Amino acid sequence: MPNVMLRKNDNGDVLFYVAKKDMEETIASVEMNTAETWGGMVTLTDGSTWYIDPISPPPVFPTTLRFKRGDE
Amino acid sequence: MTAMTRDETQALILEVLEAYPDKARKDRAKHLAVNDQSIEQSKKCITSNRKSLPGVMTVRGCAYAGSKGVVWGPIKDMVHISHGPVGCGQYSRAGRRNYYVGHTGINTFGTMNFTSDFQEKDIVFGGDKKLAKLIDEIEQLFPLSKGLSVQSECPIGLIGDDIEAVSKKKGKELNKPIVPVRCEGFRGVSQSLGHHIANDAIRDWVIGNRDGDDSFPTTPYDVAVIGDYNIGGDAWASRILLEEMGLRVVAQWSGDGTLSEMELTPKVKLNLIHCYRSMNYISRHMEEKYGIPWMEYNFFGPTKIAESLRKIAAFFDETIQANAEKVIAKYEAEYSAIIAKYRPRLEGKRVMLYVGGLRPRHVIGAYEDLGMEVVGTGYEFAHNDDYDRTMKEMGNATLLYDDVTGYEFEEFVKKIKPDLIGSGIKEKYIFQKMGVPFRQMHSWDYSGPYHGYDGFAIFARDMDMTINNPCWKSMQAPWLKAADSESQTLAA
Repeated sequence: MPNVMLRKNDNGDVLFYVAKKDMEETIASVEMNTAETWGGMVTLTDGSTWYIDPISPPPVFPTTLRFKRGDE
Repeated sequence: MTAMTRDETQALILEVLEAYPDKARKDRAKHLAVNDQSIEQSKKCITSNRKSLPGVMTVRGCAYAGSKGVVWGPIKDMVHISHGPVGCGQYSRAGRRNYYVGHTGINTFGTMNFTSDFQEKDIVFGGDKKLAKLIDEIEQLFPLSKGLSVQSECPIGLIGDDIEAVSKKKGKELNKPIVPVRCEGFRGVSQSLGHHIANDAIRDWVIGNRDGDDSFPTTPYDVAVIGDYNIGGDAWASRILLEEMGLRVVAQWSGDGTLSEMELTPKVKLNLIHCYRSMNYISRHMEEKYGIPWMEYNFFGPTKIAESLRKIAAFFDETIQANAEKVIAKYEAEYSAIIAKYRPRLEGKRVMLYVGGLRPRHVIGAYEDLGMEVVGTGYEFAHNDDYDRTMKEMGNATLLYDDVTGYEFEEFVKKIKPDLIGSGIKEKYIFQKMGVPFRQMHSWDYSGPYHGYDGFAIFARDMDMTINNPCWKSMQAPWLKAADSESQTLAA
């Protein structure tokens, strides 16, 4: 369950940064991304999946959230 | 020698790895790579930030070096106590040439060494009492210090001293911030973790100090220069460009920086970050907590400077954007003259770099402005995100080496035969004795600044006087040379 820093890059994509793993990826798709909720299964550009319980209202980026590995 | 192809570079890596035993070869192979610009993620081709192999010669530092030497040390109006045995502080004292203004020993303490000088009894009975006594002595001798930081050396963590408790108690007594930093040298694999620990200490003990205090008048053009350690005056050469643009530099982190500047940084509108590796943590924190955007910039060489100035200006209104163009135009004659003078002397020269966590990619632009080519680069303590950024900057099929060992570096140089090597003091004399021109790229070889337009002039001059120095023609002993030319004449 790593702590993930989420921030928008210049193109408006959300960056997924895990400090302990030096992992800086872009989020490719989010299961729920509406005006009310944000979360569920998150797929990154490198193909890995992560899970977070949907949050409502959606978080304001940048922020730090705890994710679970998608395959758990 | 023409550029090497991908296969040649790969073959070179395999040849160099030959010398290792199987296990070591397997490990080291992961740290050496041929650059491929088409790969987006460096983790697919290079491994970084791993423990060095026992038995090989690495040039890495420790967490204490990263915290006291790099991040905290340059903060000039604080006293940084090297808490533990005397050597760590003494042998690294004033070695990094972080310039500052002030009266050393009165209101600034940059080049001084404060240590608790641990003895056997302190290890046996604990050093907390000594630390408390030391803080009182410092307060008595240097009452104008704005704060103190306690930089732990290895034994502090090993014997379990409670420096936090002492710091809190004494801080209240003296009414000064005393920051305990848990940067014991054995933590992590290199100085990189020390940067992170130091950043976290700043986050916990400094950044929030002025929250809710709006007495500091702000402007819409406030910026902070982060991750510029003012080596040889670098931060000053950067700062004038930003100020000419109409921006107000509120804080310098941490070269020539003060404690109050750091406390005021959360009030700025934009954080400009030069050394990404050592200060990205605090920038990310400020973005999250205070909503301050941050951007990486590069002030090495006119191409990158112009690019960075425009990128910085894009965060502000049109006046600043127009000013940025004015600044670039103002210096154009100056840097064109430098390029015109030195480029013919340096054109086509090939450079190999091996520096810390930022310069292996940042200085590439400056070399290219002089017509030089970087054929190999590597970091002591970079992480994957640094290599992500490096691979775009480097040419295809060039060599990348992470935490290179003494042996590998020498072999690479023997095979690639660069015209210049840029690395540190530990490499310098080996390569000079091999007859290869060498510049220290950590301390600018006691020259500098290299940042900004002013720095570029010095950079170009230094590279020229190193590469084109007549001494490289005198590498062979005269009697051997005579024999050479004699046999040549005989043959002719």
